[in-house]
Amino acid sequence: MNSSLNELEQAFQAKIDAEQKIEPKDWMPAKYRQNLVRQVSQHGHSEVIGMQPEGNWITRAPSLRRKAVLLAKVQDEAGHGLYLYSATETLGTPRADLIEALQTGKAKYASIFNYPTQTWGDIGAIGWLVDGAAICNQVSLQRTSYGPYARSMIRICKEESFHQRQGYQIMVELAKGTPEQKQMAQDSLNRFYWPALMMFGPHDSKSAHSAQSMKWKIKRETNDDLRQKFIDQTVPQIEFLGLEHPDKELVWNEERGHYDSGEIDWEEFNSVINGNGHCNRQRISHHVAAHEEGLWVREAQHAYNVKMKARRASTAA
Amino acid sequence: MSTNMAKSNQYDNEDTVKQKTLQYAARLGDDSLILGHRLSEWTSNGPFLEEDIAMGNVALDYVGRARMFYTYAAELAGNGKTEDDFAYLRDERQFQNYLLLELPRGDFAFTIVRQLFVDVYNDYFLTELKNSNDPEIAAIATKSHKETRYHLRRTRDWTLRLGIGTDESKAKMTKALNDIWGYTHELFEPDALEIELIELGVAVDPRLFKEKWLHDVQTIIHEAELEMPDADWAVRGGRNGFHTEHLSMLLTVMQSVHRAHPGASW
Repeated sequence: MNSSLNELEQAFQAKIDAEQKIEPKDWMPAKYRQNLVRQVSQHGHSEVIGMQPEGNWITRAPSLRRKAVLLAKVQDEAGHGLYLYSATETLGTPRADLIEALQTGKAKYASIFNYPTQTWGDIGAIGWLVDGAAICNQVSLQRTSYGPYARSMIRICKEESFHQRQGYQIMVELAKGTPEQKQMAQDSLNRFYWPALMMFGPHDSKSAHSAQSMKWKIKRETNDDLRQKFIDQTVPQIEFLGLEHPDKELVWNEERGHYDSGEIDWEEFNSVINGNGHCNRQRISHHVAAHEEGLWVREAQHAYNVKMKARRASTAA
Repeated sequence: MSTNMAKSNQYDNEDTVKQKTLQYAARLGDDSLILGHRLSEWTSNGPFLEEDIAMGNVALDYVGRARMFYTYAAELAGNGKTEDDFAYLRDERQFQNYLLLELPRGDFAFTIVRQLFVDVYNDYFLTELKNSNDPEIAAIATKSHKETRYHLRRTRDWTLRLGIGTDESKAKMTKALNDIWGYTHELFEPDALEIELIELGVAVDPRLFKEKWLHDVQTIIHEAELEMPDADWAVRGGRNGFHTEHLSMLLTVMQSVHRAHPGASW
């Protein structure tokens, strides 16, 4: 028994090493499945919960064009949530279980959404920085070893790059606008820059899931490598806006060919994850309220389907 | 305003028609924007994720429609105004949307019943508006009608599901039908401006399809095993800017950022 399990695991790893995709019906180690369900559902929950801070500004978007673009963007996030929930379902976890895990706190979502969106500038900063950080991660996940996850990432990446552009466009308009608008842009950059860096997770040396996930190619690049990529790409974008960089210790390192940066406030990171963000309870209670309010609709839909099936059967009989 | 029609000067007449067409386009823009705004409030509040997406789609169609109508109104105004001036810099009394569209989003049954009345209405209205002798308005109607036909299919399906589904959903639909019915009458009552534009072939005469609308709505409601509302009250005034208390709150939210930064671009 043990030796055959060993053989299965070896064959599985060999497949991954050969860059072949694992598909839903393929054998996989229980831990691989668990690890994937955790990561993919967390990713899906982030899309779904992320609809709230951005949805918060749809009714106040300052031009009709911005309103339409933001509405389309938030709608895309719902779509991404759907792809990712579906990918998780191929691993044998139904959507109802995923929602329950989110609502009871068993499953996490990106902690950045525990920060409030206070101004219109925050919608620009989220699109630019938060979606920008997400793209760094997602581009590498297009090569992840699980087929359905990799394929949903390919589709999601296309849409995310439109999201990042809409966010950056908002920032460009603010930065070249009135002094108040420019101040709004700077303030949003200051508040969202560090939380965006935190999105890549703890340093590699402290990351609980990294090593095994890298071996199984669930993750393709480490937290720190992805974070560095994001830091480097953001510097010229901030310069173009003519805004001040929030990291005062940022300096180009010729030898590494990368920017060296100041240390992230990990205490804040842990504190927000552990419930001390402005919106932790709000995000979940909003989700629970909408879900509970929708219960009668879901029940009616189900009852209707059952009735129609019965009626069709009795007419046929 | 009707005395203007009697003027013999052809250019004055053209100007008058232009002014009236502008106002008509702005009204249709108001109808679309206010309903689109209400639908957009469903974002992250739907009964399940697929519905968040579907509702967002419909909201987007209406915001898009508002942009087309306002852009045309701005073009007719010819004074450098844009779609955003119409949406963000007019006051509550200047908006001329139907009252039905500004009512708060309510529960899912309320939204579906409102959409049912509106979609059946728009299916006829836009069919006629495609024949407007104003080519811009006709073009907007052509694009919008395709969207409305899809909206109507979805709304009809939901009406059946909720009407037939459970006792609870039936009760909620019945309540929504009775709460909304009294707001539908003004949709079929053109005012002086619209009557003039109907005569000129620019605007649609909704009186012509009221019976068909009633018939279609009744058919779907009965198919959904619901009763036609018997409410005998009627509230009117949208086209005169005589609104419910809900519109000023909606506009306060919608216009807040734009108005806090006069002249800024976004």
